[in-house]
Amino acid sequence: MKLTLVTGLTGLILLATIVELLRRRQLREKYGMLWLGVLVIVIPLSLFPRLLDNVAELLGVASGVSLVLFLGIVFLLLVCVHLSWEVSHLEEETRTLAEEFALLRTEIDADRAARDELVRNDG
Amino acid sequence: MVNGKRVLIIIPALNESGSIADVVGEVRGELPGVDVLVVDDGSTDRTAAVAAAAGARVAKLPYNLGVGGAMRVGYRYARDHDYDVAIQVDADGQHDPRYVPKLVDLLDETDLVIGARFAGEGDYNVRGPRRWAMVMLSGVLSRVAHTKLTDTTSGFRAANRRVIDMFATWYPVEYLGDTVETLVHTARRGYTIRQVPVAMRKRMAGTPSHSPAKAMIYLGRAFAVLTLALIRR
Repeated sequence: MKLTLVTGLTGLILLATIVELLRRRQLREKYGMLWLGVLVIVIPLSLFPRLLDNVAELLGVASGVSLVLFLGIVFLLLVCVHLSWEVSHLEEETRTLAEEFALLRTEIDADRAARDELVRNDG
Repeated sequence: MVNGKRVLIIIPALNESGSIADVVGEVRGELPGVDVLVVDDGSTDRTAAVAAAAGARVAKLPYNLGVGGAMRVGYRYARDHDYDVAIQVDADGQHDPRYVPKLVDLLDETDLVIGARFAGEGDYNVRGPRRWAMVMLSGVLSRVAHTKLTDTTSGFRAANRRVIDMFATWYPVEYLGDTVETLVHTARRGYTIRQVPVAMRKRMAGTPSHSPAKAMIYLGRAFAVLTLALIRR
């Protein structure tokens, strides 16, 4: 009973955290929805840990808890890979921006030099 | 103008305030008709100001991107300003601008020309794992490019319009991407590559790395980069 309390409370606190982050616009919807989806599955399991025992038996896994642990690690790995992918994408975007910025600055410098030259010739 | 072609010399520079003025000055002295663009790759010293004072155009990146980022800026500038030829020259003074007309001449019959050490001229030498890496890269890239290449990590290169267009939109930013991966990509797209023997000089400032551990790491990374480049689309 104690364990159920700990896991159940953890699930609810996580849920509250995600909702609060979404409410304060600290989390993009696409990630917020992902984590809410995860919690919708995880919270019932934290309250009733034996829920997956039948599925586990079907797959040859000793217990539902082991199955949850395994699936949890696979899921976290996938999330990490996805985040690496997103970071790579972001790096490419900021790189392009930095390059565009350098080129624009070069054009501005050239324009300014040309204008100064004109002013000098007039004066 | 070199042999009737509009030429842009691109010099990627990171904290090279000690040598950049001499390099820019030498290029402008030897090649009066060409434009020089120094791409300052987020230097923390006065590289950009020194280069501008020496008469180069300067593109200053807001932070360090690596040689690949600096070079794409250069090629994009070359494309946007309609240059016929873009030539990459190192900021440390290793590349002798007197070879530039030779590189440009060969662009009539080929798309990318590499100024190569170990090809007869000069006395540049390396040993150990660093040499194995260079031999392996040369062997594989020579087959990929259907021509004999002896110095595939040379940064002394001349590109014609077709290759400028490609490099302006595609140029790898990762380690060795500016040398090894660009060669694989260029060859795969059906462009021709040739090399011209050049003598390399001692760098004017800065020091090369010589530790055996670093050389081994270099070999490993070169192998990884090459493998990736070969299996990439």
